[in-house]
Amino acid sequence: MIITVHHYLVLSILLFTIGAIGVVTRRNALIIFMSIELMLNAVNIAFLAFARWNLLIEGKMIVLFVLAVAAAEAAVGLGIVISIYRNRQTVYVDEMRLLKG
Amino acid sequence: MLDSLYQLVSIQTLAWLIVAFPLAGAAVNALIAVGTAKREMGAYRGVVSFFGVFLPLLAFAASAAIFVTMTNFEGVDPSFITGSLLQWAVTPGLVVDIGLKIDQLSIVMALMVTGVGTLIHLYSVGYMGHDEGYARYFAELNLFLFFMLVLVLADNLILMFVGWEGVGLCSYLLIGFWFEDKAKARAGTKAFVVNRIGDGFFLAGLFLVYAVMASANAPVGSGYFNFEMMSRYNAYFVPAATLISLLLFGGAIGKSAQIPLYVWLPDAMAGPTPVSALIHAATMVTAGVYMVVRLNFIFALSPFALSVVATVGAATALFAATMGLTQTDIKKILAYSTISQLGYMFMAAGVGAFSAAIGHLVTHAFFKALLFLCAGSVIHAMSGEQDIRNMGSLRLRMPVTCWTFVIAALAIAGVAPASGFFSKDAILWQTFERGQYGLWAVGFIAAGLTAFYIFRAVGMVFFGESNIPPEKWKRVHESPTSMIIPLIILAFLSLLGGVIEVPKILGGSDRLGAWLSRLIAYETAHAPDPSMAAREIIVMVITLLWSIHFVVLGWVIYAQRREWPDAVAKKISIIFRLVANKYYVDEIYDRLIVRPLNWVSTKVLWQTLDDTFIDGLAVHGTARAVGVWANIVSMAETGVLQQYLLYFLIGAVVIVGYLAL
Repeated sequence: MIITVHHYLVLSILLFTIGAIGVVTRRNALIIFMSIELMLNAVNIAFLAFARWNLLIEGKMIVLFVLAVAAAEAAVGLGIVISIYRNRQTVYVDEMRLLKG
Repeated sequence: MLDSLYQLVSIQTLAWLIVAFPLAGAAVNALIAVGTAKREMGAYRGVVSFFGVFLPLLAFAASAAIFVTMTNFEGVDPSFITGSLLQWAVTPGLVVDIGLKIDQLSIVMALMVTGVGTLIHLYSVGYMGHDEGYARYFAELNLFLFFMLVLVLADNLILMFVGWEGVGLCSYLLIGFWFEDKAKARAGTKAFVVNRIGDGFFLAGLFLVYAVMASANAPVGSGYFNFEMMSRYNAYFVPAATLISLLLFGGAIGKSAQIPLYVWLPDAMAGPTPVSALIHAATMVTAGVYMVVRLNFIFALSPFALSVVATVGAATALFAATMGLTQTDIKKILAYSTISQLGYMFMAAGVGAFSAAIGHLVTHAFFKALLFLCAGSVIHAMSGEQDIRNMGSLRLRMPVTCWTFVIAALAIAGVAPASGFFSKDAILWQTFERGQYGLWAVGFIAAGLTAFYIFRAVGMVFFGESNIPPEKWKRVHESPTSMIIPLIILAFLSLLGGVIEVPKILGGSDRLGAWLSRLIAYETAHAPDPSMAAREIIVMVITLLWSIHFVVLGWVIYAQRREWPDAVAKKISIIFRLVANKYYVDEIYDRLIVRPLNWVSTKVLWQTLDDTFIDGLAVHGTARAVGVWANIVSMAETGVLQQYLLYFLIGAVVIVGYLAL
């Protein structure tokens, strides 16, 4: 079986969907966070597949950017989660509904 | 002397000054009234008296100077216009200037208004001397004089309407001068509202005048409503003359208190007595007559409109005279008398005797102002008592008031040689001469009633036995000098004012008729028939005897035999009660118009339309609907972050799906 760009894309879509479902359904902020990372990396796979297929350098560049941003985001996000835990002794997002209309 | 005056001011400036003096007085007095509102007036009282009386006197002097100048012109038309002081409204379709027109008619009116006005201002110094609202009173009275002069001197119909509404405003303010008394405030409101009904017709007439002038392609720049222009385009008024005349006469009915809108005038007696004398007898209420005479070139185009004017006038003259018979309030008697005399003026105008109408207007201003001022003097002396049944024998205590009142009563009764004889005779004779025998008969009967009710008042107030309690009788005194002087001057005018229109048949020259002849084309077209001379004498003598007979009858019955009328009243008690209750006209208006209107306003317009529909459904309904929907929509706002993300995700999928497919 020859592995083509389509296989990579299907993998990317599957990973993205799993990540999205995780973000929407899980209650623990840390797991939501991991799901977001999963979505980002799904996108990275798609970028790399297209870059390889089209023989272009830009896709690879963007992946490096995404990794850098994801690292920064992880630092900030984990800081926020810890701060919330200190204040409210919980990291379950459904217990935080201050924005209720 | 006039020459040196004209070296200082041009005659046009002098004309503007007539109007400006009372306005200045109103401004000064209004400032003092505002400045001393919460304090004791003190020395300002003198300042108010000075400006309040002196400025109208200056206006009278200016009018007199112009009048003398005009009489010096012989053979040429002495009337002139001042030109526009400023252009008030300038649009492509309409130009209205503020300008004055001084002609034979308006200068006579200005002389009468400023002359009688000055005397009444002087009288007010004594009459209102102790009132707290002294400065306000003079501010409003001066303002009235200003608007009245604008009304009579205006050179176009719109400016005349400004004066017309302005005098209505001052009338409202002065009727309700003692506004702490709710009944008096309501009387002012009634006058204002009833006048608005007439003014609605007047406005409709103005619109029609505009339509006629626009269709005639008259030059816009010189003003469609200018009297000169209107009379120049006279022929174009023919198709609409009846409608325009009737609508304008509708305004006159309101302002001059004719049937069916006369009901406000008796109530207007709630104001101070000098106000009744000036506004509700001598000047403002005659504005309707003045307007009809001023626009005689339109009214003359429609014989039907003229006959309506004459019929309404004659009916009012008789109807109001009968109501005057049974009144017991001295001011109400005079109020119905005023309505009746105004009816005479309209009857004269309606048969085409416009100069006779103006003649009666002028003499009526003299003797009716005098009657009111004497009544004021009596009320002043009796400390507010107005019921003639509680008076009597007052000649012993107030001789000047008594005899001036008798002179005025003789004048209004039409006894020669007092002024009223000539002016009333001119009206009755010209009605007779033009073949209007029915109208003449009505006027003739009303003349007898007039003589009777006025001498009923004379007999009950000044003669016979006194019905005043002794302790009050001691305090009754003649009025102060500032009130006596106007009485004496007006008594002379009432006695001798007839010289302006002594008819040719009595060796006079009917100076007023000759003076006004240039303005009244219709009247000059109906030149009197010289063969009627014998009849004129006969009618005159019959009228005179008829009036004298009622004068004596009224005086004898009410001064000597007061039990007679009571016995008669008992015999015809149904008729007597009908008349004494003023034919229940006020009650009928109340049932037919006021109450239904109140009901519709309260139940339909207010409680149904406003409360239920506008407030309930529209205003509060909108708010409630928004609230309900906001509650429904805000259910989606749970505060759960992941739900929001889910919405976002679904939205993103839908949009991307739509774009991809």
